Amino acid sequence: MTVTQLESGEREATSSKRTPPAPRRRRSFAVHFAHYKWLYLLLLPGLAYFIVFRYGPMYGVTIAFKDFVPFLGINDSQWVGFRHFQDFFANPDFPRLLGNTLILAFLNLGVGFPLTIVLALLLNEVRLTILKRTVQTLVYLPHFLSWTIVASLSFLLFALDVGPLFTFLNGVFGTHVDFLSNPNWFRPLIVLQDVWKNTGWGTIIFLAALATVDQEQYEAAVIDGAGRFRRIWHITLPSIRSTIIVMLILAVGQVLNTGFEQIYLMTNALNRSVADVFDTYVYFVGITQGAYSYSTAVGLFKSVVGIVLIFGTNWVAKRFNQSGLF
Amino acid sequence: MKVYNTTGGRIFDAANYVFLAAIGILAMLPLVYVFAGSFATDAEITRRPFFVWPEQFTTAAYDYIFATPTFLRALITTVLVTVVGTLIQLTLTVTMAYPLAKRGLTGRRLILNMVVFAMVFSGGMIPTFLLVKDLGLLNSYWALILPAAINPFSLIIIKNFFQDLPTELEESAKVDGATEIGILWRILLPLSKPVLATFALFYAVGIWNDFMSPLLYLSDNSMWTLQMYLRQVTASADLLGTGNVDPTYVPPEQGIKFAVIVVATLPILLFYPFLQKHFAKGMLIGSVKG
Repeated sequence: MTVTQLESGEREATSSKRTPPAPRRRRSFAVHFAHYKWLYLLLLPGLAYFIVFRYGPMYGVTIAFKDFVPFLGINDSQWVGFRHFQDFFANPDFPRLLGNTLILAFLNLGVGFPLTIVLALLLNEVRLTILKRTVQTLVYLPHFLSWTIVASLSFLLFALDVGPLFTFLNGVFGTHVDFLSNPNWFRPLIVLQDVWKNTGWGTIIFLAALATVDQEQYEAAVIDGAGRFRRIWHITLPSIRSTIIVMLILAVGQVLNTGFEQIYLMTNALNRSVADVFDTYVYFVGITQGAYSYSTAVGLFKSVVGIVLIFGTNWVAKRFNQSGLF
Repeated sequence: MKVYNTTGGRIFDAANYVFLAAIGILAMLPLVYVFAGSFATDAEITRRPFFVWPEQFTTAAYDYIFATPTFLRALITTVLVTVVGTLIQLTLTVTMAYPLAKRGLTGRRLILNMVVFAMVFSGGMIPTFLLVKDLGLLNSYWALILPAAINPFSLIIIKNFFQDLPTELEESAKVDGATEIGILWRILLPLSKPVLATFALFYAVGIWNDFMSPLLYLSDNSMWTLQMYLRQVTASADLLGTGNVDPTYVPPEQGIKFAVIVVATLPILLFYPFLQKHFAKGMLIGSVKG
């Protein structure tokens, strides 16, 4: 008894990958189980959760290849192969959804990503700790607010007749813009929300990377007469290059995830042409129209492409990271 | 970071400080406006484009919403679901993390792989909806708690935390005849209080802010949570997807919208100092892992 414990303690101290000592393995599972019965009992609820709520839906994904009839259930519904996928790709909705999703994703990335880096660089230059802390506290805050609150704030600020922007534009220029239902304003509004909610928070990773930059390089650069911008350009940015590349590539891996809640909350009858993305389409077609199999196929298509992108970009990120380290 | 104070450097610093201060203030303006507006009269909200302090202070909007049964029900429901849900989710996560921290446990690898796979791939919205429906959880508050009960990232971080605790305490307790559950309850949990508090907040914010689950699973609007209520109150008369607009429903006045947003924001603000500190750490751990 005590011997095994010592051994397991030693193993922890040295390496987690070393194979356990032989005597332990030779004991039958019944003995092992009896010994660890309380642990298995503790494990049970969590395991049940994963099997039911995580793996149950994975089995449910099979309805993408079936003609799901709720009355028959998942098992007894007829297989139809790739019909729903063919229907989806042939549907005029498909190019529109793909376009909307990609445009929104790359707008968010193209605007949000550089802004995050710039904000991190500026924060990094601050030597007045209290100012730095205060600004960080203020810009991190929106990250914790729900999309419902973000959308509600947008409704108030951009509302017709009573919103501050309406009153301002009307008072100064005698004109107004219907930000909330004009399809042309949908994308800028989404990007603006995203910038407000996530830019501050996104700086955390870059600030952590910036904190590791070797200070002696700066001192050497000062002696060589380099000003602030040159130090940022020639020392700071190259030092966090690998972080930037990895974050960028990981963000590209997420392009199809437009965020259901945000888009759904900002969608209305007038802006559907530009607002519909894969995530909300699955909801509208699946939940409100009841086309379960078809919408599951759409969702599956999205997550398969997503997984390919994540693994693909992870692979690229690793290669970049290695070559960046030399 | 010592003595390179040139004139150019000082100008840069000054400009940078002013700019960052402006960014910080700008980020807060929408919230400040909503707070101010919630204490202002409707006339003032309509008349003044933007203000951070009401001319005429009134609590009329709060008086109104706190006398509205649908709002009160949504608020109380959300608080209860958040508290109970957080307890359940944290308990499930901790009880699963503890056995998984034991290296000798048979099946541990398999289960950990199961957890990691669930991080990468999920069944998606519709199969999860059908599962919840088949389990009879539609229009039940369990549907807001159970489908996301264990966050795989949290589980793995708590597991690693348990794994890294010194084993001596546990061993001496075992010599004294404590069971595994006794060790978890009396020794490990007291040691892990800060970690548990962090993840409790993590779960609580998740439930409080959740809009998708009530949208999917609660069609009965008497069961709505605060986020759903907020959506109904502030959406510009467009109730997409809900399909049950009461014909007698009168759009609420301006101040009420402001006040409901404030109430929905307040708990987040109260816990924000803890959130900021611990979540930043969590984000860095997560990024190192991923």
